[in-house]
Amino acid sequence: MYAQVIKSEGAKPRGEMSPEEIAFQERIDRGEKIEPKEWMPEGYRKTLIRQIGQHAHSEIVGQLPEGNWITRAPTLERKAILLAKVQDEAGHGLYLYCAAETLGVSRDELLEKLHNGSMKYSSIFNYPTLNWADIGAVGWLVDGAAIMNQVPLQRTSFGPYSRAMIRICKEESFHQRQGYDIMMKMARGTPEQKAMAQDALNRFWYPALMMFGPSDKDSVHSAQSMAWKIKINTNDELRQKFVDQTVPQAEYLGLTVPDQHLKWNEEKGGYDFSEPDWSEFYDVLAGNGPCNRERLGARVKAWEDGAWFRDGLVAHAEKAEARRAAAKIAAE
Amino acid sequence: MSSEWPLWEVFIRGQHGLNHRHVGSLHAPDAEMAIKNARDVYTRRNEGVSIWVVKSVDIAASSPSDKGPLFEPSNSKVYRHPTFFDIPEEVGHM
Repeated sequence: MYAQVIKSEGAKPRGEMSPEEIAFQERIDRGEKIEPKEWMPEGYRKTLIRQIGQHAHSEIVGQLPEGNWITRAPTLERKAILLAKVQDEAGHGLYLYCAAETLGVSRDELLEKLHNGSMKYSSIFNYPTLNWADIGAVGWLVDGAAIMNQVPLQRTSFGPYSRAMIRICKEESFHQRQGYDIMMKMARGTPEQKAMAQDALNRFWYPALMMFGPSDKDSVHSAQSMAWKIKINTNDELRQKFVDQTVPQAEYLGLTVPDQHLKWNEEKGGYDFSEPDWSEFYDVLAGNGPCNRERLGARVKAWEDGAWFRDGLVAHAEKAEARRAAAKIAAE
Repeated sequence: MSSEWPLWEVFIRGQHGLNHRHVGSLHAPDAEMAIKNARDVYTRRNEGVSIWVVKSVDIAASSPSDKGPLFEPSNSKVYRHPTFFDIPEEVGHM
């Protein structure tokens, strides 16, 4: 979900699979976890690197829209909470890079691909956070949508990915609750504050729905990923669940979901709702969202500006190591 | 120059006097920084009272293809489990 439109490699009918591939698929069907050094189809490895990498990048880039408000949080307590949340996102990115690295790619290679645009991050982080209520909306809607996807991924077939997801899910509900807490405060505040909360919901609703990606019920890529258990639900299933969960929460806040076609459907036991504008989604993915250039620019700048510091620490470590070695020889 | 920092495996002892347990990995220029980073990455919520870090390249591991030869021999030694032995009820708990 933080990973969108992942192309799965090597979709094959069972008749064309090698004995190794069949044995591998049977392990997954039995619910066994696949661990890094074990045999796996090249397609499984590549697809996972793409998916976990994109997920990691999303966590890291996701710090930027929220970081925007750290210096302007309305109280010291809100500031401390937001700092803790943004720090968590860095941690989540690191758990995921570490899972991806077990597949034989290095973190620096992944970062290089993020910076040169050959790997993506979630479309959602290309929208701006214009007012304080946006920080509430991000926690409530964006982290809420992420949880929808991440909870089932705890059962994914690749051991390190599953373990990273378990850690992340434990921490993620703090994020959503702190967001909703901000929304409650704003929605019950002055008319101006309530209007800010409504404005934030209006702007984040459809981008949040886009996070699940376009319908993939007929996609061969999704079918392969689901067979491999690196994707557990279809995009439409998760989107429906998200809408069903979120609409009552919006009602509680006294806010209006910006969809005139939103309606409870007794028969399916869920809401009918409008699809987001998918042409906007593809446009944002292609790099033309409101903040794409700013986000990637900030990432590249942070990486380049930090180069002297990273190198300095390496130089220090090498010097200290040489000194230790020299002292050891002198003592002998 | 920009060389990638080495990878470290991180082990944390939880609150309850258990063994150090592998929690993940991270990059750091040296052991001291690895411990500092491990604190920030893996113990933000009081998850541990002690941290070990070791360079990933220094870990020797069994290979998945050895799984059979390494672990199957113990399958046939059922007498290693206490339930293998029937103790008459009159003897009481043992």
